[in-house]
Amino acid sequence: MSPEPAGIVVVGASLAGLRGAEALRRGGYDGPLTLVGAEPHRPYDRPPLSKHVLAGALDAGATRLPELTALRARWRLGNTAVALDRAARTVRLADGAVLAYDKLLVATGAEARPWPAATGGGLTGIHTLRGRDDARALRAALVAGPRRVLVVGGGLIGCEATSCLRDLGLPVTLVDPHPTPLANALGTVVGGVIADRLRDAGAVFRPGTQVRAFEGDASGRVVRARLADGSAIEADLVIAALGATRATGWLRGAGLMADPGGLTCDGACRARDADGTPCPDIYAAGDAARWPIPLYGDRLVSVEHWGNAVAQASHAARNMLAGPGDQRPYAHLPAFWSSQFGINIKLVGLTAGADTVAVVQGSLAARRFLAVYGRGGRSIAAVSFDQARWLPAYAEAILTGSPVPPITDATDQPRIARADPGFPPPRRAAPAPSPAETAHA
Amino acid sequence: MPDDALFAAVTDPANRADPYPLYARLRERPVARQRDGSYVVSGHAAIRALIFDPRLSSEDLPPFRRPPTGNPIRDWILNPIRSRIASAHRPLIFRDPPDHDALRAAVMREFTIPRVQALRPRVVREVDALLDACRGRERICLVDDLSYPLPVSVICDLLGVPESDEPQFQTWATQLATALEPDARGDVETRRHTVAAFDAISDYMRGLIREKRRCPTGDMLSGLAAPGPGGRKQMSDFDLIATAILLLVAGHETTVNLITNAMLTLLRHPEELARLRADPERAPRLIEEVLRFEPPVHFRTRKALGAITLAGETIPKGAPIILLFAAGNRDPARFDAPDRFDPDRPDLEHFGFGGGLHYCVGAPLARIEAEIALVALSRRLVAPRLMHDPPPYRPGASLRGPEQLHIGIDGIA
Repeated sequence: MSPEPAGIVVVGASLAGLRGAEALRRGGYDGPLTLVGAEPHRPYDRPPLSKHVLAGALDAGATRLPELTALRARWRLGNTAVALDRAARTVRLADGAVLAYDKLLVATGAEARPWPAATGGGLTGIHTLRGRDDARALRAALVAGPRRVLVVGGGLIGCEATSCLRDLGLPVTLVDPHPTPLANALGTVVGGVIADRLRDAGAVFRPGTQVRAFEGDASGRVVRARLADGSAIEADLVIAALGATRATGWLRGAGLMADPGGLTCDGACRARDADGTPCPDIYAAGDAARWPIPLYGDRLVSVEHWGNAVAQASHAARNMLAGPGDQRPYAHLPAFWSSQFGINIKLVGLTAGADTVAVVQGSLAARRFLAVYGRGGRSIAAVSFDQARWLPAYAEAILTGSPVPPITDATDQPRIARADPGFPPPRRAAPAPSPAETAHA
Repeated sequence: MPDDALFAAVTDPANRADPYPLYARLRERPVARQRDGSYVVSGHAAIRALIFDPRLSSEDLPPFRRPPTGNPIRDWILNPIRSRIASAHRPLIFRDPPDHDALRAAVMREFTIPRVQALRPRVVREVDALLDACRGRERICLVDDLSYPLPVSVICDLLGVPESDEPQFQTWATQLATALEPDARGDVETRRHTVAAFDAISDYMRGLIREKRRCPTGDMLSGLAAPGPGGRKQMSDFDLIATAILLLVAGHETTVNLITNAMLTLLRHPEELARLRADPERAPRLIEEVLRFEPPVHFRTRKALGAITLAGETIPKGAPIILLFAAGNRDPARFDAPDRFDPDRPDLEHFGFGGGLHYCVGAPLARIEAEIALVALSRRLVAPRLMHDPPPYRPGASLRGPEQLHIGIDGIA
């Protein structure tokens, strides 16, 4: 098939892709614009999927993102990019079409890590939760009235799902290899608050163990999980909340620094080729991008947060339209929120590498508090449980590298004690060695 | 005038009618130290940063002290105990987290949107009755004839105060509102009156709460007096009395000012009054702009629990802080042409209801009352015209509003 001229091509039609495309138009780009999306849907919002949609308060179809600018774009939805040819400046799609790009924005996001087929992954009743169709299928399975739901993985998605399931009155067990939920994101000191809430809400929490395999019945439906500690859990519905890998497989062979940890970029959101040289015409944003974050010593991170997708896509779009001499560095303070067990959780900064946590307002016992994470004596992140109003002040303290605690003489301030935050030791080498430290959201 | 005397000029009644030029001068330094060691914060960005600063305390009042009576038992035994109790159970606008949060959460559980919306017919009826009473007159005083009586009767309805007790409430509310003015705190005579009103209303509330517990009537006070989630008491009886009094006081003069300031502004902008008459849907937009342009509360005081550096100035620990909301509302760094009354502004992030954790709990109710009152005024006053401009103002610099607003009319439609 001969290449069709496609102007600027945005691969990935979710939040980052949409906001990036809008920023291109707002920035004055008037040429052809093509958006490629693996799913058949126009861009939609993911945060409600593990909350309102599971709870039945919102239909999965009602999550479409508002389009804030007239895009005048050519949409290639339900079509996956399968290969990039940098020499020919083309992207090949699953249906065989070949798009010739002037510039390329990689916003392919991430994919839920599936349960391996060898240990029961193919059984009916094992779900992942990432996209709109996943949420719709899972909601239907919940409505059918499962006898017991097993949630594997106590990250943000696993915890939000568990919270929803308890609200629906369903029996649920959460299995997590760490002593508390959210251990990777927040450490076990703060995670302990969620462990308590989870049990109060009537969920069964099985910490410190892992599912080895699932077993099915004659019809291929999951009936039980075998755990590493030798026990078994009877469950007819499973949510595998194992985190995500970056959707960069289609870049294999393109001569870029891309692996399941992301597509490596320079500080201006330009993709680096295999030699580390930034490509002048290929940019990345959102979950798929791995970038040096100035605030944390230019450590390479990929940030799976809603706010980063918006900010980074807009920034990349701005640089795409600017000349080579006017590439501005992307400086961003990561932040995420979650709502679970009736608690509004917000975090600013990155907790990776924290050696200290201190509750600076409120108390863990009251489950209303603000805690600051420190590394080498400096504040690097802050989390709030139902205390988000104070976060901007602490964000400021993180930006200026204040000591821990950054603010003394605050209202509702307890006697401040520093503790080990209880982050799990770094995971053993991933299948593909990767320099990225990943913040999960 | 020296920069460190500007706020003293703001509190001078001579500047009540138009404090805005003083605000403009204050804004030249968004955080400005005054001669008495207090800090006036007048820039929009600086106010915004401070209301979300954890070092800002609302517990800035001196301990509650009753003026001497001459009776030694009273002065040395009874009154100190009562003062201690009053100091420990201040209303929530003078409290910090976590106490503030618990009290506010209880109020918010009762101050629901459905409950506020249910008051609409009552407000409509009340406004119509008040305007009907003005038939046959050639002029009305908006304050006496409508703005003043309306909010008290609405808040009494909301709380569950019997209608027959409303006139008494009117008097108490007026007296207690003066206690919110910082300049009134020092005056012994004012304090004597305030304490008397406080004692009288506290006794009344104690009885009413007992009544509501015995025989709940579905109103807010019945709800607050009932056990909360988990079957526990939502707040102590002292806090409950303080909260009920606060709702009455805070919901009263503020709303009086909102309605009066709104009508004054519309009479100064007759084209906007005509547009409202033709299109009542404009009311919410108008009211939001009034909240920016002529807010009912111009400032609130706070205290710095620690040193706070902001806009190039360091506020030392313990310093009194004046959040000059009305100046932030006219900050040219935040709003285009801030001194123009323009209900069609695309961006209206004002401090008309304060901000941060003490943001007005009654905002939805105030909006409904003002909306209904303004629409009725625009439709029913025939050929309204302002008799005095500027009108005479009440003494307060914080709760700033006209004492009277005389409007000449050709009749009531």
